[in-house]
Amino acid sequence: MTSLLVIIVLVLLAVALWQLTKIFDLTQVGSNVDSSEVATDKDNDIQGYLMFGFLAFIYIFTIYGLFTWGPLVLHTPASAHGGEIDFLMNITWVLIFIVQAITQVLLHYFAFKYRGKQGQKALFFADNNKLEAIWSVIPAVVLAGLILYGLYAWTNIMFIDEDEDTVVVELYAQQFKWTARVAGEDNVLGKANVRYIEGVNTLGVDLADPYAQDDIVVSELHIPKGKKIHFKIRSQDVLHSAYMPHFRAQMNCVPGMVTEFAFEPIYTTSEYRELPYMIEKVANINAIRTKKSAALVAKGETALDPYTFDYLLLCNKICGSSHYNMQMKIVVDTPEDYKAWLKEQTVLAEQVKAAATPAPVEGAMEADSLKVKETAATSKVVMK
Amino acid sequence: MSAEVHDHEHHHKDTFITKYIFSIDHKMIAKQYLITGIIMGVIGVGMSLLFRMQLAWPEESFRIFNILLGDKWAPNGVMTNDIYLSLVTIHGTIMVFFVLTAGLSGTFSNLLIPLQIGARDMASGFMNMVSYWLFFLSSVIMIGSLFVESGPANAGWTIYPPLSALPQSISGSGLGMTLWLVSMAIFIASSLMGSLNYIVTVINLRTKGMSMTRLPLTIWAFFVTAIIGVVSFPVLLSAALLLIFDRSFGTSFFLSDIYIAGEVLHYQGGSPVLFEHLFWFLGHPEVYIVILPALGITSEIIATNSRKPIFGYRAMIMSIIAIAFLSTIVWGHHMFISGMNPFLGSVFTFTTLLIAIPSAVKAFNYITTLWKGNLQLNPAMLFSIGLVSTFITGGLTGIILGDSTLDINVHDTYFVVAHFHLVMGISALYGMFAGVYHWFPRMFGRMLNKNLGYVHFWVTAICAYGVFFPMHFIGLAGLPRRYYTNTAFPLFDDLQNVNVLITVFALVGGAFQLVFLYNFFSSIFYGKKAVMNPWKSNTLEWTAPVEHIHGNWPGEIPEVHRWPYDYSNPNHDVDFVPQNVPMKPGEEVLHH
Repeated sequence: MTSLLVIIVLVLLAVALWQLTKIFDLTQVGSNVDSSEVATDKDNDIQGYLMFGFLAFIYIFTIYGLFTWGPLVLHTPASAHGGEIDFLMNITWVLIFIVQAITQVLLHYFAFKYRGKQGQKALFFADNNKLEAIWSVIPAVVLAGLILYGLYAWTNIMFIDEDEDTVVVELYAQQFKWTARVAGEDNVLGKANVRYIEGVNTLGVDLADPYAQDDIVVSELHIPKGKKIHFKIRSQDVLHSAYMPHFRAQMNCVPGMVTEFAFEPIYTTSEYRELPYMIEKVANINAIRTKKSAALVAKGETALDPYTFDYLLLCNKICGSSHYNMQMKIVVDTPEDYKAWLKEQTVLAEQVKAAATPAPVEGAMEADSLKVKETAATSKVVMK
Repeated sequence: MSAEVHDHEHHHKDTFITKYIFSIDHKMIAKQYLITGIIMGVIGVGMSLLFRMQLAWPEESFRIFNILLGDKWAPNGVMTNDIYLSLVTIHGTIMVFFVLTAGLSGTFSNLLIPLQIGARDMASGFMNMVSYWLFFLSSVIMIGSLFVESGPANAGWTIYPPLSALPQSISGSGLGMTLWLVSMAIFIASSLMGSLNYIVTVINLRTKGMSMTRLPLTIWAFFVTAIIGVVSFPVLLSAALLLIFDRSFGTSFFLSDIYIAGEVLHYQGGSPVLFEHLFWFLGHPEVYIVILPALGITSEIIATNSRKPIFGYRAMIMSIIAIAFLSTIVWGHHMFISGMNPFLGSVFTFTTLLIAIPSAVKAFNYITTLWKGNLQLNPAMLFSIGLVSTFITGGLTGIILGDSTLDINVHDTYFVVAHFHLVMGISALYGMFAGVYHWFPRMFGRMLNKNLGYVHFWVTAICAYGVFFPMHFIGLAGLPRRYYTNTAFPLFDDLQNVNVLITVFALVGGAFQLVFLYNFFSSIFYGKKAVMNPWKSNTLEWTAPVEHIHGNWPGEIPEVHRWPYDYSNPNHDVDFVPQNVPMKPGEEVLHH
């Protein structure tokens, strides 16, 4: 039915167009209006004013956008280096808006001001070295400033000092989930390779490596506030990208190599929730969700849960069908809470041992199902 | 040469096949490119409207999805995530390569190079024909890939392995990806043949008096674009071939240490980052392959319709060359966070931001050309001014993305999508539209309806900003691109209204392209008959008869005596002096 409507609308549109053009043609019969499809003085007038109007549109739309959508953008960075990024971003935005404001005015105003008239002659103005020097040198100087500051910040952010006291954490990506491995007391991650993947050891940690003995594998990452976190990032299958927008942090996950990123969180999760901007944002989102829930309930579906803020790790490199839902919660704790959390976790080595010993019934079931999987995998290899 | 052409005309009568299908006449080949490009454009834009609907009203049922995508990909009218990614992937591929590379360069380089430099045809008419038919074949294969059982390629238009290499990782990486690669390999062969032809023709076949510094800027743009193409397309071809090797013959150029679907694969020692380097070594110059011809077209149209010389002709040439050179050493800015050494990131930031200088020169020169002009605001001129506007708006945000530090947080978000659509997508499309409105009389001997052109421009201009301006904000809010829906993240719930607004603008803008299509196809048959030089332009193509003939000019090829921008020259009474008008005795050259 809708498609029929669409087709009818399209046909009507075509007919309307045809009639409109015919009417334009008819109005021009007998008059001495030039019908060569070249712009006439009247066209130039109308189009010139429209250009001026378009300038107004751009300005109004920009200002409207800044007020309406401005509050939606990421605010208050949650990491130490984030302030540096946002500062550079703000400087760049000021420059961009100045240049944009000036050039769009000139372009559209000139298009309006110098709209053509028959018999008028334009100014022959072919070149002027001084002017061209000005608009080569000014951007060059401004950009030099931006580049220098940008490179300074980039170097600070990206070059990780190996001697610095950090918390080493591995982020592990696979279709379509994240896992993290905390380096434990020795703060060194054990060696790993996909060839060691077996049973509960889903990250392929080399359990023979002494550094691996205290590694902790978790599916919800906790990190302490006020300490630099050194992320070592791996992927087991395709490219992913570890994106933590609130921390202004992102790094691709590349199968076959370990990539790195480091930052220092400066707000715990509960502190960040209390930021005025975040309270407002969450209230706004919940208002939207309540409205949506009402519609859902009316349709007999379940309502949406209310939203509370959490830091997230998102996948930001297309990685397959469920790319859009590959996420992990990150919790920033106070150092004390972090220690407490760490204590509650079981190290991977223990988990592997527990899985291997056929003690409780559930564990045995798990091991069994794993075995089945393994045989399936082997038979596949054989068939190949 | 001219005697030969006469012989040709007397002895062979063109059959339908040699005239319209396997033609070796550059003007016919240009039309073939244009019409194929328009058809591909309709498909590419149509796809974007479908996935925009999904983004605005996620997982809602639309009858149209079911009709167009079928039961498998849109059961009950709900678009599946796999086909969503396919649509995104094929939309990108079609728009970048098939519409804005072949459709734009193929059309206007073919039409204008011989006509504007005063040549009878391309250096090799046969190669030109083969180039078009390879392009056609690659288009057919690309469209054919939409119909395979496992679905078309859906690893993104950048087809990064391992996703594109392993059929286990995504459905489209089976036969769909094979066809994608085959299609692109043929496309590249076509593009190389075209480019070599353009280069040879510009170097060897310029008419008497047509020195390089008297070439119209269109030709300079096409010439330099062809050089970039020849330098960078083979690299993509090699990347595609290596990927085919990895996919089919078990090599490990791009793959290493992979565990997928419960088993460890044998690949060892390759790196996906290598693919990214190879891909972007073409991928970035490709942006300029798309935009430079559009800028060349705009230069010509703005000068003609301002009735003024283009401001800073030599600076414009220098900036084209500078952009072309820099374009080959900036590819790494797509890879700041790919895991490559951060030091490389600093180098690429430096070279990338340098491109802003020649780009700024171009923008300011356009604006100065308008100053004190006598602007003829034809649809072609409106699209050219529109191009300058979107080129500036889109280009400025490049300062953010080119800066490695700032790229960290906006990389792969909608901010990037907004940026490149404005600066290369919309701008290049405007250039293409401007070119069509301007040279339609030269191509088809008839005029496009100007009032429909005005309607087309204004609705498109408003919708283009309406779509891409708000998109910057959702990118800055951290929304990643290529998400099938944002509903998995309550964090992004407040962006949904913006997504709806964007989609509404996109649908309206898309619908109004029908005005253009109607105008285009009806004017081919029913448009007003064109005169020889409707826009009172200086370049040589307007000295050839309206009716197309082999060899372009019936008699001698015109000789060139001046540069192409003698508009409103104070030494002359009329406001234009075509290039073939001899200098008056004692007339001075008034430009550098």
